[in-house]
Amino acid sequence: MIPTILRGFVGHWRRNPLQLFTVLAGLALATALWSGVQAINAEARASYDGAARTLDQGLFDRLDDPSGASIPFDTFVALRRAGWLVSPVIETEVAGVTVLGIDPLTAPAGLAPATGPQGDAPQVIPPERGVVWGAEATVGAVAAALDPTPETVILPEAAPGTVLTDLRLAQRIMGRGDVVGSLILLPDQPLGRPPLDEVAPGLRLTRAAGETDVAQLTDSFHLNLTAFGFLSFAVGLFIVNGAIGLTFEQRRGMVRTMRALGVPLGRLVAALAVELVLIALVAGGIGVALGYLIAAALLPDVAATLRGLYGAEVGGAVSLRPEWWISGLGIALAGTAAASGAALWRIARMPILASARPRAWSMASGRGLRLQWAAGLALLAGAGALALWGEGLAAGFGLLGAMLIGAALLLPGIIDLVLAIGLGRAEPGLRQWFWADTRQQVPGLSLALMALLLAMAANVGVSTMVSSFRLTFVGFLDQRLASELYVRTDSPGQAAAFTDFAEGRARAILPLMSVDETVAGLPSEVYGARDDATYRENWALLAETGAAWDELGRGAGVLVNEQLARRAGLALGDAVDVGPAQGLPILGVYGDYGNPIGQVIMGEALFRSLWPEVEPLNFGIRLPPAEVPDFVAEARESLDLPEQAFVDQASIKALSLSVFDRTFTVTGALNVLTLAVAGFAILMSLLTLAALRVPQLAPVWALGVGRRVIGRIELARAVLLAALTTLAALPLGLALAWALLAVVNVEAFGWRLPMYLFPLDYLRLGALALLASVLAALWPARRLSRTPPAELLKVFSNER
Amino acid sequence: MNVRLLLFLILWPFAAAAQGFGGLGTDAEGFSDPEPGRVFSFPADHGAHPDYRIEWWYLTANLDAPDGSQYGLQWTLFRFALAPDLPLGDERQIWMGHAAVTTPQAHLSTERFARGGTGQAGVQAAPFSAWIDDWEMTGPDFDRMRLRASAPDFAYDMTLVAEGPLVFHGQDGYSVKSGDGQASYYYSQPFFRIEGELVLPDGEVALEGHAWLDREWSSQPLSDDQDGWDWFSLVFDDGARLMGFRLRGETDFTAASWIAPDGSLTAYPDGAFAVEPLEEVRVAGRDVPVGWRVTLEDQGVDIRVDAVRQDAWMDVTVPYWEGPVSFEGSHSGRGYLEMTGYE
Repeated sequence: MIPTILRGFVGHWRRNPLQLFTVLAGLALATALWSGVQAINAEARASYDGAARTLDQGLFDRLDDPSGASIPFDTFVALRRAGWLVSPVIETEVAGVTVLGIDPLTAPAGLAPATGPQGDAPQVIPPERGVVWGAEATVGAVAAALDPTPETVILPEAAPGTVLTDLRLAQRIMGRGDVVGSLILLPDQPLGRPPLDEVAPGLRLTRAAGETDVAQLTDSFHLNLTAFGFLSFAVGLFIVNGAIGLTFEQRRGMVRTMRALGVPLGRLVAALAVELVLIALVAGGIGVALGYLIAAALLPDVAATLRGLYGAEVGGAVSLRPEWWISGLGIALAGTAAASGAALWRIARMPILASARPRAWSMASGRGLRLQWAAGLALLAGAGALALWGEGLAAGFGLLGAMLIGAALLLPGIIDLVLAIGLGRAEPGLRQWFWADTRQQVPGLSLALMALLLAMAANVGVSTMVSSFRLTFVGFLDQRLASELYVRTDSPGQAAAFTDFAEGRARAILPLMSVDETVAGLPSEVYGARDDATYRENWALLAETGAAWDELGRGAGVLVNEQLARRAGLALGDAVDVGPAQGLPILGVYGDYGNPIGQVIMGEALFRSLWPEVEPLNFGIRLPPAEVPDFVAEARESLDLPEQAFVDQASIKALSLSVFDRTFTVTGALNVLTLAVAGFAILMSLLTLAALRVPQLAPVWALGVGRRVIGRIELARAVLLAALTTLAALPLGLALAWALLAVVNVEAFGWRLPMYLFPLDYLRLGALALLASVLAALWPARRLSRTPPAELLKVFSNER
Repeated sequence: MNVRLLLFLILWPFAAAAQGFGGLGTDAEGFSDPEPGRVFSFPADHGAHPDYRIEWWYLTANLDAPDGSQYGLQWTLFRFALAPDLPLGDERQIWMGHAAVTTPQAHLSTERFARGGTGQAGVQAAPFSAWIDDWEMTGPDFDRMRLRASAPDFAYDMTLVAEGPLVFHGQDGYSVKSGDGQASYYYSQPFFRIEGELVLPDGEVALEGHAWLDREWSSQPLSDDQDGWDWFSLVFDDGARLMGFRLRGETDFTAASWIAPDGSLTAYPDGAFAVEPLEEVRVAGRDVPVGWRVTLEDQGVDIRVDAVRQDAWMDVTVPYWEGPVSFEGSHSGRGYLEMTGYE
């Protein structure tokens, strides 16, 4: 019998193809947003789980030369012979790919991905051809660039942009002799070995990075994306709810007829459920495919985002995994169930002889509205409490969620209140009817309006955050890349030759010296800065004790970055121990965006006295930009420096900015999609109401108001509601931005971004939202204005 | 890196061919093969033989603490050549060290790896030195040596003094390993006196006892069908020694050496020496026999051999069971048992 009933339903869809489209499209869009975000997340995560395993040398304690020089291989042997379990690592680059040379015989578990036996073992250790392990694209590129061509072994999980090989092959590529870059200390060292200083006095021990590792930072980015995914799905669910409600409303008549013809209620409900499952599966399938397209389109930008923010490499390709199909279809089914439960229940409870007249959308009773007020206020209070006392990233996102849902729940009540005030002030007659009728429609439109509110607020919030980030970041780049030219030398001798050369030719030579130290218990970099106008002019400090740069030049204290200040709870004037120096006062705190670890700057003289063995090998050069090419050409000629040794500021800045500009395109694109979905929700709701409202409009028409006027009033009503929602979305969006910048960002990254306001952007957004709602209202209004008088008359003859 | 898997890759001609334990049954084309009638030359033959594929310096010891409790100790250095015709200094000569101690509470084991030619590991004949990392067996000659090894959970520093001559198994050191004629060069110093100090995380223990050093090299010591062995080195209370092994294959192959207290050796061909598992336990997911009946009729030996610790599992890249044993029956005494190829 169910197939027969289903044929009846199909007849309904055939007469209302638009409705079928809206139901399918609504569900598909919601699923698409959800599964797109999930796909991006899963792909990025899979990519750098591998990357973290391969590359996270931060997982291990490490020995290296404080001056940045390489370590003789014999030092490795001496340490092993003394009982220290160390393993050499050397890093170079071939065809733009990082080649990580390791000693497979001593490398610790966890340095590289596991691999099974492949290839010919004697090849592994040169002098024969050698083997490179890595992702398909990268090993091919590296192998092609080498002669003789090494054997390649594909490790699908390997970090993109990195291949592994035996250190001998890496050494051969570098052509620097029997040296290694650093030595990794294995986690479990044997008993009874001599102190490190006795065996390798010149080497510096850096402890594993611990909690500041890449994985934790990238986790926060994923959390961010996941939150966005949920928001998108919530918006989508509002649509589905509306669409399902509509189809059920319109078929009440058919259901009554079928029951009157003897179809048992159980069968009927079962048939409706089967139909819903079919719809959910079809729409879910379309949604997953769309989501895949979204993910595929955005993934290169996600990769750029992660690379730009954290230096983590993510493969730029997305593959359609079976789990997305399952999770996408699952969420479509769950969403349909959630959205249709109430409607099905209502059908099941409908008395067999009840009037087939479409019930006007469930009018919010006074009690329902009061409940909504209470829930909304409670959620906002919870958000406030989280903002005051919450700690951790989860609390940050909890705050976001409570704030958004609370505000959405309050929206119908607030709009109702505003309309009630409008009603009180309106002149009797058509105007009063306009306000009253608008107020009466709010419950029916509330889901669509909530969707619009959330979409707008997310838009305002995220764009505020991105733009604030950009302003801050550009200023930061100007600070950091103040020198016109950067020069890298390989040895102290080369460095001395270079400074001799540059003396007199350049306006200033700024040696860049750094060591890794643990400061206030946190892994940090310590820089020595020459007292030069470059720093004073370009570095803005977030907080300073007046004349900070003069004091710094005199060695009377240090500057610390914001990350270190926040994590270690340091304030201006606090004393810190930096390396061998005790109790240096903090003269200032500077913004250091995107850097995961702590940083300390001290005057050059103090730095050199504390670490006399550190020879600066990198230099910033100040000279008029026009002179840069000549300077580079001369330096290369007279000093035999390779081209890569010079980087001009413009190219670094351009690179950084281009990375950054792609950085948030993901969020931007998702923003646009969300707004489109919200616009769709309004269109849908208005279409629904338009059909249902004929009985309410017929009396107005009968009282002499023309159909065109009625159409215009309908349009004005839509614009009014959209405008009210937009007004409510602005403060909500700003609160969202504040939570992102001042709560979530601090928890995730350890620094707070200054918040800038962009009124023009908001105006444009508001205009867009109004435009979207006008476009959405236009068609239903037009349909109303064209309703044949006969239809309007029927209201009186048939229904009453 | 999953070092085990990567090592598996490097040792792949040995480990992945699934022929014989540790790949010892794989074809050895290009490498030298042992021949009967070799005249050993010392001290040179204490050193490495790079033209053979595999070689080891293998020491085990039964030890006593002052409180009377029994300990066991192992120190082993292996050399594998990844390809034929490699000089000793080639980096494709791979070195592998195994060290273990058996205490009354636990069996502790560890391993080390090194490429050849860098000084990280190697063997020198005179003055004798065999080393990998900080582990070493070194002395002015083969009769007086210092033995050291360290791990995260133990370290030892012992001295070895030989109290008897070297002994040569099989036909004067040519030891046949299968009916197909696979063989190795094999001699031992079973008469070491050993004493020294064992460091454990909760303190130090002074130990003394006797040790047995095996020297063996070959290129294909096992036949294709042989997948493991049970190897006994037993020290009788009256001062005699017995080395006997069973190689498990389609048909088992046994051989034994009876070593009188003065060092004179009687070699026994296939079939004279017999072993029979009496008790199995589950160790590291495998069923391993830890109680044995061992017989060598010609010498009136009929004994039951039991593991001192049943869990003496060497948890290393190519894992196996190796630990101290004690025995009773027609004779009594202590010794070491090695069992490989139990899956």
